[in-house]
Amino acid sequence: MDLCKLTAHESMDLLAKKEVTSQELTRAVIERIESVDKQVESYITNTFDYAMETAKAVDAKIAAGEKLAPLEGVPMAIKDNICTKDITTTCASKMLENFVPPYDAFVAKKVKAVGAPILGKLNMDEFAMGSSTETSYFKKTKNPYDLTRVPGGSSGGSAAAVSADLAMYALGSDTGGSIRQPASFCGVVGLKPTYGLVSRFGLVAFASSLDQIGPLAKDVTDAALVMNLIAGHDEMDSTSLNVPETDYTSELGQDIKGLRIGVPEEYLGEGIDEDVKTRIQDAIKVYEGLGARVSYFSMRMSKYALPAYYIISSAEASSNLARYDGVKYGFRAEGFEDLLDMYKKTRSEGFGSEVKRRIMLGTYALSSGYYDAYYKKAQQVRTIIKNDFDAAFANYDVVLTPTSPITSFKIGEKTTDPMQMYLADICTVSINIAGLPAVSIPCGFDKNNLPVGLQLIGDSFAEKTILKAAYAYEKATGFSGVRPSL
Amino acid sequence: MDYKDYEVIIGLEVHAELSTKTKAFCGCTTEFGGDVNTHCCPICTGMPGTLPVLNRKVVEYAIKAGLATNCEITRYGKQDRKNYFYPDLPKAYQISQFDLPLCVGGHVDIETENGKKSIGLTRIHIEEDAGKLLHDVIPGKSLVDFNRCGVPLIEIVSEPDMRSAEEAKAFLEELKSILECLEVSDCKMQEGSLRCDINVSVRPFGQKEYNTRTEMKNVSSFSAAYRAIQYEAKRQIEEMEEGRAVKQQTLRWSDEDGENYALRSKEDAHDYRYFPEPDLVPIVVTDDMIESIRALIPELPSAKRARFVSEYGITDYEAGLISASKSMSAYFEACAKLGAKPKTVANWLLGDIARLINEKNIEFADMKITPEALVAFIALIEKGTISNTAGKKVIEIMFETQKAPDVIVKEEGLEQVNDEGALRKIVEEVLANNQKSVDDYRGGKKNAIGYLVGQTMRLSKGKANPQTMNALLKEYLDAME
Repeated sequence: MDLCKLTAHESMDLLAKKEVTSQELTRAVIERIESVDKQVESYITNTFDYAMETAKAVDAKIAAGEKLAPLEGVPMAIKDNICTKDITTTCASKMLENFVPPYDAFVAKKVKAVGAPILGKLNMDEFAMGSSTETSYFKKTKNPYDLTRVPGGSSGGSAAAVSADLAMYALGSDTGGSIRQPASFCGVVGLKPTYGLVSRFGLVAFASSLDQIGPLAKDVTDAALVMNLIAGHDEMDSTSLNVPETDYTSELGQDIKGLRIGVPEEYLGEGIDEDVKTRIQDAIKVYEGLGARVSYFSMRMSKYALPAYYIISSAEASSNLARYDGVKYGFRAEGFEDLLDMYKKTRSEGFGSEVKRRIMLGTYALSSGYYDAYYKKAQQVRTIIKNDFDAAFANYDVVLTPTSPITSFKIGEKTTDPMQMYLADICTVSINIAGLPAVSIPCGFDKNNLPVGLQLIGDSFAEKTILKAAYAYEKATGFSGVRPSL
Repeated sequence: MDYKDYEVIIGLEVHAELSTKTKAFCGCTTEFGGDVNTHCCPICTGMPGTLPVLNRKVVEYAIKAGLATNCEITRYGKQDRKNYFYPDLPKAYQISQFDLPLCVGGHVDIETENGKKSIGLTRIHIEEDAGKLLHDVIPGKSLVDFNRCGVPLIEIVSEPDMRSAEEAKAFLEELKSILECLEVSDCKMQEGSLRCDINVSVRPFGQKEYNTRTEMKNVSSFSAAYRAIQYEAKRQIEEMEEGRAVKQQTLRWSDEDGENYALRSKEDAHDYRYFPEPDLVPIVVTDDMIESIRALIPELPSAKRARFVSEYGITDYEAGLISASKSMSAYFEACAKLGAKPKTVANWLLGDIARLINEKNIEFADMKITPEALVAFIALIEKGTISNTAGKKVIEIMFETQKAPDVIVKEEGLEQVNDEGALRKIVEEVLANNQKSVDDYRGGKKNAIGYLVGQTMRLSKGKANPQTMNALLKEYLDAME
C-alpha cells in the first residue's frame, strides 16, 4: 500500500485500526517529498524533525490505548503566509526571507494542538499576489499534471503538494480565489470559508477584508474535517464571528434531490474556455441526474467585480505592506544615504514587481482626489455584488460556476501581461467581495488532460450545503480520486 | 497699522493620553517609564500577521470626555487608517478616526479678564500613540522605543474660536481640569500625556474670511503654548505689514529658543490616504451605554467652583483656581473637613504652596504635605505658637522634608515671642535706628508704622507677634507726642 496516496480520513481509519502508525505515514510522505518535490518544488521550508517528533508522540498515545482526535497524527503542511512559531514564515518574499514569528497563527495553534505532524511551509505567490505562484521570490512550483505548467495561485504550493501526495492536506489562504483556482488547476478540493469563520490572526495580511484561510484537500470529506479543526471564534480577531460550533461532515452523503442550483449565465459566456464550458455542462447533467433542480439566471453586475476587487485588495495591500520599510521587519537595503533613501532602496529591492504593481495601484486608488472615484466606488460595487448574491440565494441553495475560465497555463506564458493574469480570477473574486463560502472540486479534464474545477458557491455560513452538494458530485463521478502520475 | 488692528485666530488640537490600564489594541501596560521596549508585544509593534482588538475602556473614556464637554455621541462610529512612513510607527499607519469620530460638536466654557466665553469643539476622536525615537544613544544612529506605541489617545479639536493667547491658555487649563476630574487622563505634561497642536492665523479687524494659517506641532506645556501663540501672531502680523503673504506651513515651536522652526510647507504636506480600518468592526454605541457612562461623570470643575464659593465662603477667584485641579480640590475639602478655616487653607494653598510647586516644577498631586499636616500647621498659627512670617519658613521645610510642623518649630526655634520685656527692647531699638520713619509718623504719615512693624519682625527673626508689635509701636510713638 502506498501510504502517500491515502486521504486524511483514510489515514485516520488506519490509525484507529492500528494498521499503520503516524510515524509510518509521516515518514512515507517525507520520503516522497524528498524524491518528488525536486520536480514539483512546492515546499519553501521543511520541518521534518518536528513532523516526526509529533508523529512519535501520537504513536505513543495510540500505544497507550488512547483514542485519537480527528486528523491527529495525519501529516500536513501550511502555506508560508501563516505564522508558525519559531519556523520561518517568508510569504515567498525576499522581504521576509528571515522572518521567524515568535507566535503561532490561530490555525497553526489548532493544528499543533491536535497533534498534526507539520511537514513544512508551502510556496505561494509573493505576499499571495498572483494566480500562478510564479511571483514567489524563491522558486516556481510546477503543476503535478504537467511540470511545464503553473499550479495556479497564490496557494500553488499547497495545491501542488496535495495533488502530488506531498501532504495529506494543506492550509491555504484565499483573497480572490487563491485556494480555489490552484485547487482547480491541480485537481484537488479547495474551500474558501465564509469571511469571519476562520480567524485571520497570524495570517500575514494581503487584503484584510477579503483574506480567509481554508483547506486544500484530496477530497470533500477531508476538506470538511479540516474545517472542523480550524473554524471557530477567536477573540484576537475582531472580524472573527461567534457562530455555534458545528460538524461540517454532518450532511455529507445526504440526498440532494430537490436541491436548487442556480447557474449565472455570465459565468459560462465569453472568455470561458470551450473545454471548461463542456465540463461544467457535464457537471450540470450529473446534478440533474442526482435530482437537483438546475436553472440559469443572470448576474449582470458581476462584470464589475473584477475591477472592484483589484482596487479594494490593492488599496488594503498598499497599507498592509507599508510596514516592510526596513525599520523593524524583514529586509533592509544597504548603502542608503538617509531615511527616505533607506525606505526607497529597501522597498525597491525587497519586493518583487507584482507586489510593487499592487502597492502602486492601491496607493493611487487611496490618494486624495482619487479616493471617491476608485476606492469609494469599488466599495459601492461591493454592496451591489453582495445584494446580487442575496437575491440569488433567495431562489437557489447553491450557485454553480467554473472555478477558473481556463485550465493551467504554461510557466511564463502570462507573466508579461498582468491584465491576462488578472482576468483569470474573474470567476472567483466576487465570492470574496461578497464574503461568501465557495468550494472548488475536480470535474474532469480538458483536451490536454489538465484538471478542470467546478465552483459551488453558498450563502453565508452555508458551508454544509455546498459540501453536501460537492460530496454528492464526487461520489457520482470519482474525479477526486484521480491523482497525477508522478 | 498697529498690532492692535489685527485679530488673532486660534484653533487647538489637544492630544490626551487616556489612563486606561492597557493599550488601545493589545494587553500591554500603558504605564509611563519602564525600560526601553519592555511595554510592547507583537500586536502593538505591528508584527506581520497580528490584528488589533479595540479596548472597550478607550471608547468609554472618550465618550465620557465627550459628554462632559457637551458633545453629541456618534452611534455608529468607525476607525480608519492614517498612512504615513516614520520609524516610530511600526505598522506605517496609525489607527485613528476620520469621518465618523466618537464625539462631535461640543463646547468648553472659559473665563479670562475679558469675561466668559464658550469655545466650540469640532470633534473628539480616538487614536493610538506612536513610539519614540532616541537619537545618538549610539553615536550617529537613531533607535526606536516602542513603549508608547498603541497607547490610546483622544484628540480634541476645537473650533477656531480663540482670539488671544490668554484665551487659548484658559481653554487648555479648563480642558485639563475636566479631563483630570473625569479621570480619563492623568494630563501629566512632563510625561507627554497632554500636548497640543496650535493653528494660528491673523486678519485685520472687520475682515470676515480667515487668512492662511500655520500649525505648530506638539507643544507640551501651557506656558509654551502661550508664548508660541504670541510669537507666531507677531510674526504673521509683521509679514503682513511688510506686504508678504503668510505661507501655509507646519512649524515646530522651540520653547528654549523662543522661536518657530519650519517642519514642512504645503507642497510636501502628507497625503494620509485615510481608509476604513478593515481589521476592526464598527463601534456601535447604544443609549444604555451612554447613560451608564453619564452616570460615572463626577462633579465637574465649573460646578465645583460655584459650590466652593457658597459652601466654604472663599472668593470666586480662589474657587476657580482650586477647582481646576482635581487633586487640589480633594485636598482643600479634606482640610476643611479636618476643621481648618477654608479661607486660611485657600490662602496657603494658592500662596506659598503654589509658589513652591511652581519652583520645583512638580504636579500638585505629587506634593508631600498631607492635609493633616497642613491643618496642624494652620492651628499653630491660629493659636499664636508661631507668627505668619515664621509660618512661611515652616511650610517651606514641611514641603522639603515632610517633617511635622511642631517638630520644625522646635528644631528651628520659631516659637512666637510673647515676653513683653523682650519685645519692648526690640521696639526701642527699631525706633532708635529709624528716625526718618518716626518723623514721618509724627508728621502725620500714619502708614509709616507698617515699615516699623516690618523692622521689628526682621529683628525678631519673625518670632514676634505682629499685632503685639503694632500695638507697642503705637504706644511708644504716641507717647512721644
